[in-house]
Amino acid sequence: MTGPTAAASVEPIIDVQGLTKSFGTKVVVDAISMKVRPGEIYGFLGPNGSGKTTFLRMLCGLLRPDAGTGTCLGYDILRETREIKRRVGYMTQRFGHYEDLTIRENLEFVARVYGLPRRREVVDEAIERLGLEARQNQLAGTLSGGWKQRLALAACMLHRPQLLLLDEPTAGVDPSARRDFWEEIHQLAAEGLTVMITTHYMDEAERCHRLAYIAYGRLMTEGTVREVVDDAGLVTYLVQGGDQQAIAAALRREEAVQQTVAFGEDLHVSGHDRAALEAALRDALGGDVRWRPIDSGLEDVFISLMRRAEDNFR
Amino acid sequence: MSVFSFTRFYAVIAKEFVQMRRDRLTFAMVLGIPLLQLVLFGFAINSDPRHLPTALLVQDRGRLSRSIAQAMANSDYFDFEREVSTEEEAHALIERGEAQFVLQVPENFERDVLRGDRPQVLVLADATDPTATNVALGATEKLLSRVLDDELSGPNAWLRSSPPAAVAVVHAAYNPEAVTQYNIVPGLMAVVLTMTLVLITGLAITRESERGTMENLLATPVLPAEVILGKIVPFILVGYVQAGLILIAGRYLFQVPMVGSIPLLLLVTFVFVVANLAVGITFSTLARNQLQAMQMGFFFFLPSILLSGFMFPFRGMPVWAQYLGEVLPITHFLRIVRGILLKGSGLAAIAPEIVPIALFALVALTIGLVRFRRTLD
Repeated sequence: MTGPTAAASVEPIIDVQGLTKSFGTKVVVDAISMKVRPGEIYGFLGPNGSGKTTFLRMLCGLLRPDAGTGTCLGYDILRETREIKRRVGYMTQRFGHYEDLTIRENLEFVARVYGLPRRREVVDEAIERLGLEARQNQLAGTLSGGWKQRLALAACMLHRPQLLLLDEPTAGVDPSARRDFWEEIHQLAAEGLTVMITTHYMDEAERCHRLAYIAYGRLMTEGTVREVVDDAGLVTYLVQGGDQQAIAAALRREEAVQQTVAFGEDLHVSGHDRAALEAALRDALGGDVRWRPIDSGLEDVFISLMRRAEDNFR
Repeated sequence: MSVFSFTRFYAVIAKEFVQMRRDRLTFAMVLGIPLLQLVLFGFAINSDPRHLPTALLVQDRGRLSRSIAQAMANSDYFDFEREVSTEEEAHALIERGEAQFVLQVPENFERDVLRGDRPQVLVLADATDPTATNVALGATEKLLSRVLDDELSGPNAWLRSSPPAAVAVVHAAYNPEAVTQYNIVPGLMAVVLTMTLVLITGLAITRESERGTMENLLATPVLPAEVILGKIVPFILVGYVQAGLILIAGRYLFQVPMVGSIPLLLLVTFVFVVANLAVGITFSTLARNQLQAMQMGFFFFLPSILLSGFMFPFRGMPVWAQYLGEVLPITHFLRIVRGILLKGSGLAAIAPEIVPIALFALVALTIGLVRFRRTLD
């Protein structure tokens, strides 16, 4: 999965330079620059508190950057926030619709606030697409997490935005609902919508056209899944058998081993120097333990990035 | 581009109405508080007001009349602010609330005293506020007899007798029996509106922040003015429901006389209701959470009850407190309600009280609009 190849000639949907935001003395977003092209599904990853939400909020005019410039949908993110708000669908991390209003009332409120023509039809269609005709008069507060998330997505799609900003839309949603959700996102992207999405799930990250990983407010890496993995220059070995706990402890003492990550029965051992890593494995492991080189996965890379961020910026 | 949109304005109103309907507790509060207050405030609070503005209507040019006026002026109960020459003028002063008393010394007073005819000194009192009036009237009678004792000396000493040589007759205008409820019940209308409206709207915006709906709202193209005004409109109706409730209870439960124009009262109520809602909304934009908004509401409510003339006679307060009281919308609305209901005041008489309320509403609303956070910063 790669983004559009004729990218250079296309106007970016998001084009920001040096966006910075602090709360008090804490720098939450630190000089992040980013370009997102039309029709891309752009994944935004990073540990909790890394500044993802703050970054999204700055894009849609909910927060004013302390420094930096840029455009979103061609509008200045500092001066033309109202134009941006009209064209962006923002789905908040926490359910942000009125729990004491019914599904229909919530959607009607959104439709009125965006001044949509043919309001009744638009709302009817949205409810039909949701498959909630029978429950349209149910209070939003009584919906389960998955349904709340679908209502929120329907609400932020109602005014046919050109850009969707989704802040952890699948947190607390069951796997089958998540799969449906991603089907829909890919469908929308195919129709030309640009989507920026934050997530903690690796499988979701792999479904994005492009990714960014941020930690401590800094952009650590950016690109397609392949690019992100390649750029990390991480060498990974799969270790199977033996006492995994003891092996991991022994390996972590080795200079060449940067990290060990347990994946069920398997252990991923990563480092940057292939020769040194192999030597370390040969020394540390007994005969009954099998090990072989594998391609580094996204998770290996992200863990490595997070460790590096901790070492450098904390 | 950022033009006020009636569609968005209406969107907020419609939403608020639905939410209000579903919020049973608030609904109960809106109806329960007026009823509870009406029952609780069945009693009056005594006080000893002084420096009551008094006008003088002296129709007798004798030395004795001068002495009586002087003696009253020397007591701290009365401040002689002006002298009038006709009874009409005197009544007009009372109606406008510029004087609380008019002391009338009738023609040939001195002559009648010396003849032993025991003439009357008439004290015309604005008794809409009976606690303020009663104390001062008691003082009048004592003063009168003392002056007569002093003045009637030498050959006239025989007149120093009991019964006294002159009698003070009190004419308590507007509330002849000095029934406290007549004063309290109309006052409650002002108090209940202040209390409930400021508190309810005080929660309006902080609630959006606390429930996490503010972020969504700010991400839409809605303007601060649309949100603020849209949140105010449904509560204007609430204010009217409460006002109606109290008026009906006042009329049928407490038999408060309502001599003035009720439509006029309801019209002026609009300005007062908006002023209170504006205060509440402004608190809501300043507060970080609902608790803070509640605290601000009480902070506003306390002086509204204590310094407005509801609990204690306005003129009994020190001057600085009176100035503070004059700023509060409720002070002026109290005068309007009592004026219309008890005195039958017309628009001309109450107009000077409307202006400060309207000004207050405007200032509060402006602060609210300016302070409304357009971002999450």
